[in-house]
Amino acid sequence: MLNVSIYRYNPEVDDEPYMEDFQFDTEGKDIMVLDVLEKLKIKDPTLVFRRSCREGVCGSDGVNISGKNGLACITPLSEAVKGNKLVIRPLPGLPVIRDLVIDMSQFYAQYEKIQPYMINNSPAPTIERLQSPEERSKLDGLYECILCACCSTACPSFWWNPDKFIGPAGLLQAYRFLADSRDTATEERLARLDDPFSVFRCHGIMNCVQVCPKGLNPTKAIGHIRNMLIRSAT
Amino acid sequence: MVTTVTSFGRSGLSDWLVQRVSAVVMTAYLIFIVGYLLLNSDVSYQQWAGLHSGLPMRMFSLLTMLSVAAHAWIGMWSVLTDYITVRTIGPKAKAIRIFFQLGMIAMILVYLLWAVDILWGI
Ligand code: SF4
Ligand code: SF4
Ligand code: FES
Repeated sequence: MLNVSIYRYNPEVDDEPYMEDFQFDTEGKDIMVLDVLEKLKIKDPTLVFRRSCREGVCGSDGVNISGKNGLACITPLSEAVKGNKLVIRPLPGLPVIRDLVIDMSQFYAQYEKIQPYMINNSPAPTIERLQSPEERSKLDGLYECILCACCSTACPSFWWNPDKFIGPAGLLQAYRFLADSRDTATEERLARLDDPFSVFRCHGIMNCVQVCPKGLNPTKAIGHIRNMLIRSAT
Repeated sequence: MVTTVTSFGRSGLSDWLVQRVSAVVMTAYLIFIVGYLLLNSDVSYQQWAGLHSGLPMRMFSLLTMLSVAAHAWIGMWSVLTDYITVRTIGPKAKAIRIFFQLGMIAMILVYLLWAVDILWGI
């Protein structure tokens, strides 16, 4: 039997959060952490978590699994269980709404700040704005982000200043639009980032890179933004 | 864009650059001093005072002190705005942080003037 310890908190009845222990029979199979949650929810329907696609595409089931942020649906028990124990907590740093569900408003507010949409005021061509294969390839490693928040909630700089520091997820997307040959607002975008918090609160700790379930590298993107800021200022 | 008045330069980029450049200056000074002491392990007071009385050396020392001052200001400001905030310690944080920031700035300026006094007093 596997020991599963889950963070529980229902603000309507609990004074404070607590860890609840469950015994779980894996039947010897290496299933995903999300499967465990689903089965436990059948036994205890009050257990609350987010999920949708159950295949690492939607980004809704980011949780802290035995100390490391990740998507429950694509994290197998063989990676998550330590000493026959599985510990599941909500993503750290943001307010908990209930059990494993967190309030992501601050995360989205930072995302909104970087204007995550194409800005180009020149008249639209009849069919589409074309890119060369080289220009398109600059977006690889950036556009794949599913906004699961695993990175930003693993980042100490984001924990301390979630209202001022954009965080790795937002900055990866900021660079996604800075790097897009079709976007014409590069200078305006850079000007909005040149304060002591938005970008420069990143201290290169690289927790974000370590946890990203899509294998993306926000630290590298942040380095590119910094270089663009240096170039535009000199 | 997050605006702040107590940071060193107003822009994140300039703070970042100052932090890098000052680190290089301090490292160069450290290597020079340690190297000098290793090569002259039996240095006398006259020699040591002589080294520090030349204008280039005084400039180098002063530049290093300015670097220490700027580096400390930026570094301490970052630490204070990480840990002494309303979110970490509650509503009193603003007053406490301003107190520490002003204290820190005053201390840095005193050290700087003191260093000038020492350097030109040799
Ligand atoms: S960069 Fe990775 S960890 Fe961060 S939000 Fe995007 S997919 Fe999730
Ligand atoms: S590299 Fe930067 S963004 Fe990533 S976890 Fe560290 S401080 Fe946060
Ligand atoms: S449920 Fe969609 S990413 Fe896990």
